[in-house]
Amino acid sequence: MTIPTKSQKDDSQLRQKTMIARHFDRLAAAPETGEKNVYTFVPGNLTELLLSFDLLPVLPEINSLQSAMRGKTAEYISIAEKLGHSEDVCTYVKSDIGMMKSGNIGPTGQRLPNPDLLLLSYTGCFTFLKWFELLREEYHAPVAMLHVPYQPDGRITPAMRDYVVKQLKDDIIPALERISGRAYDEDKLREHLKLSAQAEDDLVWVLQSAKHKPSPIDAYFGAVYYVGPIFSAFRGTEGAVAYYQALRAEIAERIREGKGPVTPDGDIEKERFRVVVEGPPNWTSFRQFWKMFADEGAVAVASTYTKVGGVYDAGFRHDPSRPLESLAEYCLGCYTNLGLPTRIEMLAQYVRDYEADGFLINSVKSCNSFSAGQLHILREVEKRSGKPGGFIESDLVDPRYFSAANIKNRLESYFQMLEQKRLGGAA
Amino acid sequence: MSTEGTPLSALVERADAIYRDYSLATVRDWKARTGGLAVGFMPIYVPCEILHAQGVLPVGLMGARDDLEIIKGDAYYQSYICHIPRSTIELGLSGRLDCLDGVLFPAICDVIRNLSGMWQMLFPDKLVRYLDVPQNFEPEIGGRFYRHELDELARSLTERGARPYDAEALRASIGLYNALRREVRELYALRQREPWKVPTSELYLLLRASVVIPVQDATQMFREYRALIAEDASRVPLDQARVMLTGSFCEQPPIGLIRTLERAGCYIVDDDFVQVHRWIQSDIPTDGDPMQQLVMAFLQDAMASPTRYIDKGEKGADLILRIRRSQAEGVLFCAPSFCDPALLDQPMAVRAVERHGVPWTAFKYSENTGQFQVIREQAGTFADSIKLWSAV
Repeated sequence: MTIPTKSQKDDSQLRQKTMIARHFDRLAAAPETGEKNVYTFVPGNLTELLLSFDLLPVLPEINSLQSAMRGKTAEYISIAEKLGHSEDVCTYVKSDIGMMKSGNIGPTGQRLPNPDLLLLSYTGCFTFLKWFELLREEYHAPVAMLHVPYQPDGRITPAMRDYVVKQLKDDIIPALERISGRAYDEDKLREHLKLSAQAEDDLVWVLQSAKHKPSPIDAYFGAVYYVGPIFSAFRGTEGAVAYYQALRAEIAERIREGKGPVTPDGDIEKERFRVVVEGPPNWTSFRQFWKMFADEGAVAVASTYTKVGGVYDAGFRHDPSRPLESLAEYCLGCYTNLGLPTRIEMLAQYVRDYEADGFLINSVKSCNSFSAGQLHILREVEKRSGKPGGFIESDLVDPRYFSAANIKNRLESYFQMLEQKRLGGAA
Repeated sequence: MSTEGTPLSALVERADAIYRDYSLATVRDWKARTGGLAVGFMPIYVPCEILHAQGVLPVGLMGARDDLEIIKGDAYYQSYICHIPRSTIELGLSGRLDCLDGVLFPAICDVIRNLSGMWQMLFPDKLVRYLDVPQNFEPEIGGRFYRHELDELARSLTERGARPYDAEALRASIGLYNALRREVRELYALRQREPWKVPTSELYLLLRASVVIPVQDATQMFREYRALIAEDASRVPLDQARVMLTGSFCEQPPIGLIRTLERAGCYIVDDDFVQVHRWIQSDIPTDGDPMQQLVMAFLQDAMASPTRYIDKGEKGADLILRIRRSQAEGVLFCAPSFCDPALLDQPMAVRAVERHGVPWTAFKYSENTGQFQVIREQAGTFADSIKLWSAV
């Protein structure tokens, strides 16, 4: 998807496009070049480790959301359901299965190679486990399983960290050595982790720029693009460092110019509402969904979706001095791996720190990891922050569950309520 | 059934009464008698031995039926989430679970996982523990992690007021649970041999009762039942299809659904109901370090389950083995609506049974399903087709 504004043609955007295009070119050419690839997931991804073995990451979640943005998922999901996949389960999975059955054409229109390895990083989402069991049957590829324990009490215990590190040493690294034909090179891993930390610093700066008024970014819809490189195949690369440096400079410029965020229709005219958003976006009608906010002058100043691939704004950075321990802590700390009390406190803190007028939950049918408990989250965050919450429902990539009229009505009512509260408060 | 008014019917009625008692009267009585703690656990499996060894009564929480009006629970969950968390919330917020000193939430799926966080906040004065279980089954990796989880469980029980952990007490408790597991295995084996003697609708009630009452009482209940059915000459074979039912390991079906399947012409000869006493498939050794024995049993002797990663071997192999052992002629995929583990697993399980030429059919339920006509017709047709094929 492209956003028809000047800033979309800025250096950061061009860099991102180039990075993605090169990556998919390499994947498409892999059968000829012999480059090996590893399918894995965004939360708990071990990109630096894969890069240290010169392996190419493939992220089926990203493929599914990209398929949705290209209007392909209705067909893909239908194919999967005809094959016996239940209408009740995650549509990322069904979209991925349908895409594979349709020739495995990726977001750039090129065929994706079959996986040389399925790296099942079971982090924060039970469905991941079943997803790669399903793919194992389809591709007959080996699986390396990394079980990341859940953080029910919002803290990482030594036992949790040791468990993950031991798996990395005993299972994951040997599997990567077998696939790549290379020995584990910890110095190389450290170099990638060092680059990760640099990019993470700049990403956090960008996300926290939303504390300005007006916010120079949209930290939900717009930030989906900002987290793209760091959540996918590029964390730990020079390219990602350059991307985030460029992005930071552009956002700094927007702040100097007093500009609000870019929206589907260009720069926002006036920031009327500052909201925090919980839950993933809908991808089939992403632009329409974003426009519903932008038309009301609603700007997301913080979101939890942009933390599924790492909660960097809470202080975590990849640490080259403790490479495996750091990777373990990264996996353990991803947003959906956190207990509900921690998630609730994070949201309430966002509402306070970003001086939000309220918060919205987009509850998606597909994702129980996010959605189960969100009505409780709604009440608790309202109680703790004193700000009103709104609740809308859609899905990740199944267009059947995006009811534009219903969602628009709810959003308009919610923003009217915020306005009334503001007027009431001013009276 | 001609057993009305007999000791057998009285025993089944007792189990039925326990199954139907949302307020856990037997647990309250036990606490009043013993002064011990009672701690609930969600499906599928927790090591009850640890609780028992520390003087705690483990109490299985298996949701509700269609006779519990869900008011508060529905306010916590969207329509696309399964039913068991909403009925569990309902039971908790309505005070019916007040006699419990805590609840354990084993790692089953994201819904139960997130429910543990809600429970922490809704019942801050109670022990609430998410029991993570390893998906790595190497003793030095997953085993070490699980051992830590179990040690922490024991410690948290003591903090709550239970007796401190004692290895000798745990050995004794393992022995008692071994006896219970043997009884359950015996009954399952008997049902496979002579399904007309062990109607699943009765076995199910006993299983449900067995997770609420003390372990010795549960063992005795199964023994008595087995003795009573051995004496009952009125139970004779019918021309029913032998089926295995799979997918119902967490949210449990209403008893009416099981009766419907039996009336539709099915002998259920294996199932996934109330797995806690079957999760570990053989006796756990009572020598050595008993906590470590529990760890090893979990790693090496647990049932295959959609909630458990299959790292080695063929997906569905265990299902095929169970079909062969039970001599099931067909499979009923019977999963709760919106159950991620069961429904994501189902296409792989279906492929496995198809590879082996086993007929199957599938339907979904909710624990509060009250209308069974469609399922009756579907199961009846399925049973008829099996009988017709087998006659060819």
